[in-house]
Amino acid sequence: MKSLINTFLLALLIGVTVTAQNGYKVGDTAADFSLKGVDGNMHSLADMKDAKGYIVTFTCNHCPYAIMYEDRLISIQNEFEPKGYQVVAINPNDPEVKPEDSFDNMVIRAEEKKFNFPYLIDDGQKVYPVYGATKTPHVFLLDNKLEVKYIGAIDDNARSADDVEERYLANAINALESGTNPNPSTTKAIGCGIKSK
Amino acid sequence: MKKYFLIFFFSFTTGLSFSQVKVYEKYDEMESELLTNLSPDTTYVINFWATWCRPCIKELPYFEELNALYEGQAFKQILVSLDDPKKLESKVIPFLKKNKIESNVVLLADGKANSWIDKVESSWSGAIPITLILRGNEKNFYEKEFHSTFELEEEMLLLFNN
Repeated sequence: MKSLINTFLLALLIGVTVTAQNGYKVGDTAADFSLKGVDGNMHSLADMKDAKGYIVTFTCNHCPYAIMYEDRLISIQNEFEPKGYQVVAINPNDPEVKPEDSFDNMVIRAEEKKFNFPYLIDDGQKVYPVYGATKTPHVFLLDNKLEVKYIGAIDDNARSADDVEERYLANAINALESGTNPNPSTTKAIGCGIKSK
Repeated sequence: MKKYFLIFFFSFTTGLSFSQVKVYEKYDEMESELLTNLSPDTTYVINFWATWCRPCIKELPYFEELNALYEGQAFKQILVSLDDPKKLESKVIPFLKKNKIESNVVLLADGKANSWIDKVESSWSGAIPITLILRGNEKNFYEKEFHSTFELEEEMLLLFNN
């Protein structure tokens, strides 16, 4: 009996691992979530009524690549929120592994940078594996039906905003706005691996 | 006391023997110089890391130890730093000195990561650390953190002993 339970647990574990590795691909429908934001309230995509799209961005406090993109994420929100596209930032890291990414430090960072978008904590780390986020920053652009339209980087030059040649995310949102599919629909960038125990 | 003095003296001298870090502005430059025309009998261990990446720093001693163990054999190791090139003098070199890293370290400054991540390995998500172990036409890719020299050496030996 015990071995049967073990087998079951193992199967469960494998199942979970496989899901975690796969994550979403462009065309999949993303799951909504309910996560606590730095304002103390719970947020979900369904709350953002009339949104034409959601810019779900896994990011954090400590990662230099996430920090490089803070100002650009604020600009994206300034540029696209009036058109109906909402940045939703989620910190996926386990604060016990990375204390800089604790909820209290998120509140401090959001205040310092005057984040103009919700900054949520993936408490218990249940959301990022479902999306298949592997690093910070890692963007998933969803349309109003939560269909994944674009996955990847914000633009083509992390180190220098001045030397950006292709604004992947902005182009992808503009594609959505004009009723076409983003091209490229996936890109890659260097980032910090998501911290978990 | 004498022992401590010797340790101190030793670490001081090895610190001095530390070599320079070559900076590559473009990935293609680095690829053609370090990753092409590889000797078919040599096992290459390439690790991508950065001083700000904690798991990278945690596994670095294992790479350093592997290098010490196999130096002079058909083995070559390159540690590719993805640090900000502006922080080479202020952060990377002091880090290498402090941790007595003797392995070959280069810095890849190419910010256009989407253009080169797939050239390194198409299954790489972009998170670091990663390690490539190459020999001849064989290539093993690890998007993970190693937890001991033994674990790393075992993977290296898969190709080394071939």
